[in-house]
Amino acid sequence: MTETLTLDKPRSPRRPAARRSNFELYSWLFMRLSGLALVVLVLGHLFIMNILDGGVHRIDFAFVAGRWASPFWQFWDLSMLWLAQLHGGNGLRTIIDDYARKDTTRFWLKILLYVSMAIILVLGTMVIFTFDPNIAT
Amino acid sequence: MPTTASPPAMAGTSRRSGTLYIGDPGMWSWVAHRITGVLTFFFLFVHVLDTALVRVSPSAYNAVIETYKTPLVALLEVGLVGAVLYHALNGIRVMLVDFWSKGPRYQRPMLWGLIGVWVLVMVPGAFFMLQRAATELFGGH
Repeated sequence: MTETLTLDKPRSPRRPAARRSNFELYSWLFMRLSGLALVVLVLGHLFIMNILDGGVHRIDFAFVAGRWASPFWQFWDLSMLWLAQLHGGNGLRTIIDDYARKDTTRFWLKILLYVSMAIILVLGTMVIFTFDPNIAT
Repeated sequence: MPTTASPPAMAGTSRRSGTLYIGDPGMWSWVAHRITGVLTFFFLFVHVLDTALVRVSPSAYNAVIETYKTPLVALLEVGLVGAVLYHALNGIRVMLVDFWSKGPRYQRPMLWGLIGVWVLVMVPGAFFMLQRAATELFGGH
């Protein structure tokens, strides 16, 4: 005759594991990995665009067309756009969590943040992929 | 006796005995990291919008880019490069503190080191970025 042992929830051996996610760990790691890539991508971008060879004074539509004719710079700008937007968005999420005092304020600030991130990511990606150097003609 | 009466009378008037928390340089490096990060994020928002004008027309894009070449905006660009450079250098310091076994011990010398590198890069950088603006404003040769 077998006797089944029944225990109340807290001491039950089949108590479900605490439901925790590792999201914050991955976000912490992402900030460091993306930051490392952005050091090269963004500082390179700023050096080329603002300091090298006359800096901002040589930038116009033709200059952009010349750069985006190369898949290398298209890929550079696309990865910079996504990494910078996610890195900055994640940073701002942390700041909202730190300083928003009411849950409703926190909620709406985050909605605003996520909507602006989505707009910038979609618009920027679309611009890089659909760029037309002969748009005027 | 004036000597015994003076300390309570001086309380609150001395800047050192005020309530402002001066903090460690490490705290200010964290504050500056947040501020430069937020400023850069807001600029990125504007910058993607202005670049998106290449899908409207070359003249629309060129018109907006011309404003980036004015002396006032050139000065703001120096501020942007300075903010991004600080954020990048301090970010490397944060990574070294996190992942390098001796990082926490050298966090303070690394802070002075990054400020030194920042100055060494920003002096010639600001020169090249403001050269044209200075010539336009004050008339060059």
